[in-house]
Amino acid sequence: MTPILVIEHISRRFGGYLALEDVCCEIVPGSVHALIGPNGAGKTTLLNIISGTLRPDSGRLLFAGMPYAGRRADQILAMGIARNFQQTRLFGGLSIIENVMIGAHSRMYERPFASALEFFGLGHSEQSARTEALKTIQFVGLSAKLAARPDQLTLSDQRRLEVARALASKPRLLLLDEPAAGMNPTELAELSKLIERIKSSGVTLLLVEHHMRLIMAVSDRITVLSAGKVIADGPPASIQRDPQVIAAYLGQSDEPALHPQH
Amino acid sequence: MFEGYWASVAIFAGINCLMGVSLYIPLSAGLISLGQGGFMAIGAYLSAVLTKAGVPFAAALAAGGLAGAAAGFLVGLPALRIRGIFVMILTLGFGAIVRVFFSNYEPTGGASGLGGIPPLTELWQVAAANLLAVIAVYRIRRVRLGRALIAVDQDDTAAEAMGINLTRTKLLAFSLGAMIAGVAGGFYAHQALFIDAEQFDFSRSALAFLYVILGGAANPFGPFFGAIAVTLLPEVLRFVQEWRMTVFGLLLVALAIWRPSGLLPGLQLWRR
Amino acid sequence: MLAQQLANGVMLGSTYALVAIGYTLIFGVLRLLHLAHGEVFMVGAFAGLQVVLLWHLGPVAALIGGLAGAAVVGMAIELLAFRPIRKRGNSHLAPIVSTIGIGLVLQELATKFFGAEQTAFPSDLQSRTYHIAFLTVTGAQVFIVATAGVSMIALQQFVTRTRYGMAMRATSESIVVASALGINVDRVCLVTFGVASALAGIAGVLVGLNFNAISPFMGFDMGVKAMAVIVIGGLGSIYGAMVGGLILGIAEVFSVAYLQSSLRDAFAFGLMILVLVIRPRGLFRTGMGR
Repeated sequence: MTPILVIEHISRRFGGYLALEDVCCEIVPGSVHALIGPNGAGKTTLLNIISGTLRPDSGRLLFAGMPYAGRRADQILAMGIARNFQQTRLFGGLSIIENVMIGAHSRMYERPFASALEFFGLGHSEQSARTEALKTIQFVGLSAKLAARPDQLTLSDQRRLEVARALASKPRLLLLDEPAAGMNPTELAELSKLIERIKSSGVTLLLVEHHMRLIMAVSDRITVLSAGKVIADGPPASIQRDPQVIAAYLGQSDEPALHPQH
Repeated sequence: MFEGYWASVAIFAGINCLMGVSLYIPLSAGLISLGQGGFMAIGAYLSAVLTKAGVPFAAALAAGGLAGAAAGFLVGLPALRIRGIFVMILTLGFGAIVRVFFSNYEPTGGASGLGGIPPLTELWQVAAANLLAVIAVYRIRRVRLGRALIAVDQDDTAAEAMGINLTRTKLLAFSLGAMIAGVAGGFYAHQALFIDAEQFDFSRSALAFLYVILGGAANPFGPFFGAIAVTLLPEVLRFVQEWRMTVFGLLLVALAIWRPSGLLPGLQLWRR
Repeated sequence: MLAQQLANGVMLGSTYALVAIGYTLIFGVLRLLHLAHGEVFMVGAFAGLQVVLLWHLGPVAALIGGLAGAAVVGMAIELLAFRPIRKRGNSHLAPIVSTIGIGLVLQELATKFFGAEQTAFPSDLQSRTYHIAFLTVTGAQVFIVATAGVSMIALQQFVTRTRYGMAMRATSESIVVASALGINVDRVCLVTFGVASALAGIAGVLVGLNFNAISPFMGFDMGVKAMAVIVIGGLGSIYGAMVGGLILGIAEVFSVAYLQSSLRDAFAFGLMILVLVIRPRGLFRTGMGR
């Protein structure tokens, strides 16, 4: 089956600093693929390149077999890749439901003259976008909080709102940058279930995370980055036992989940 | 009651409202334009030249608006790639260039200005235009464009990642604002009956700022409130007439210090 | 005569550079585009004029008067119109709005006190001519270039060698870190405004001496041109302001000599827009003393 995303020999430097070197990876459609590695390994940089926020210096990116490196971020979103941000970047001037509706921005107004119709209150796009947004909010479990302003939400709810916003674009591939950051065990359990729900709905997930237990629980495949290079790529079980991975993490994390079971 | 002098005041208030709205739209996308006076000048001169050549007022107004929109598009193009503060500088430079142009362009009078403009502006026309403007800002906030403008203002990287075409949104904001300024210029020319480049200088653009800031940059009714208040103030206070600019300047500073969000409550106008 | 035009351009450019340096200093340290800086330049010119008219003193006294008058007004502006905003820090639009307001106030006050027409700036420097190599220069031109040169060198020394200069550079990097290091940021801002305004005041008197006439409206055009200069030179770069100023001065003089003179003013704006389109960062990287 064609991988939904192929990363081919991607490199990127910032001035004298080589952030990513010859990174290769393939993501299977419908799977949950994790990207892990010590701090500074280049994970967010890679995510930024995939989503179009950054351009690679060299290499190819293929989405559903089609090369797309160099396209703008909004074009890439229209293609089917959506994302959240490591530090939440919600639109504080918009309501919760409007934040989610922004995600659907590129898919609204399909019919000609829709803008004009909507302006005069005669079209359906706004109403149906609203309904869809409500469904998405329910999907991520934020229905109870609708009346609040985005800045009034807890951090964990804000992150869920960002996920809802990304999902509103009906992506085929969802990039999540440290969705579990700062979550307590209850929130983590809910996140785990949300990831399962997203996967069941047919969306492929690429997760950047530090939280090993979560990664081991939800991932189908893991790619490990260290100092800009891929040092391991495989199913969770083999990653756990990989000596290079263990060495890279030695002293970085005391996550017992990483170590082989005794 | 709305005869003669007060009709004239009301007309100028209405024109100033339109100028306020013309700044409000790009400002809500984070595009700080200090050149609205330039777009107004283009609309004023073009419509005046057309009506003096016999073109009907409505068509001349429309032409002025379209010319303003075209200029807004052209100014918006370089503005796409540069940070907020440079947009400000760019628009300021644009306004200055327009002023120098009309000061030197002999076919429209050059430094002596353009006179003999037919007195075609009437209160009901300006009122109708303002009604349209009110409806426009109200409706824009409720459709996709309004949300996009706010998103682009708050975080344009995130907005682009969510599928908003920054180029289209910013150009649209610039062009719409410039179009409204052009129409305002057309009304102005046919009320003032004589125009010259100095009437569209930086203080014109600065005043548009005052209207918006006084009312509140986050409130779609803000520019209307601010423009009416500033237009009426000299009528109410005699000494303000002679020291208009000083008073307005001090007002701007005071607002900047104590109420940068404007006098009207920040009606977010988002729906639940 | 090419060399003559060049000399004229250098002289004009020096005045642009002086105003632009102040502009870029304020931007570098306070991250503020001081739109009323041109009006401070105008205030300096009128202050110098008062010294000449009231006390019948010479150009050097006028310089000191202009420098001092502008510096006082500039520091007052910082204290009254910007410090309160800096302290509240809740709107990124507020500082710009405040500069616009100050500009309006200064221009109208000058118009009310000195009349809207041009006022003569008496000086006999113009009548003295000197011959240097193959150039003929007036006393005024020599005075201008000398004064501008001395001022720029003094500024450069101030920024790179003195404690205040270093404090300014630290603050321009990061206000938070600077105050954490014990730098009195309030005083640095005040000094920055004072120095920048003093330079503008000097330029105001120099322009008055050269053209023998000043008007309350001279501030706006100078302000926009100085803004063009710092865009060309790079926002925050002092060398950029110097070089950019000279470039603009020379370009304007040549445009008058070889193109239409009425387009002279548009040259600055056109050049600025060109730079904004092609290389918004300007010629030099931002950085004080660099």
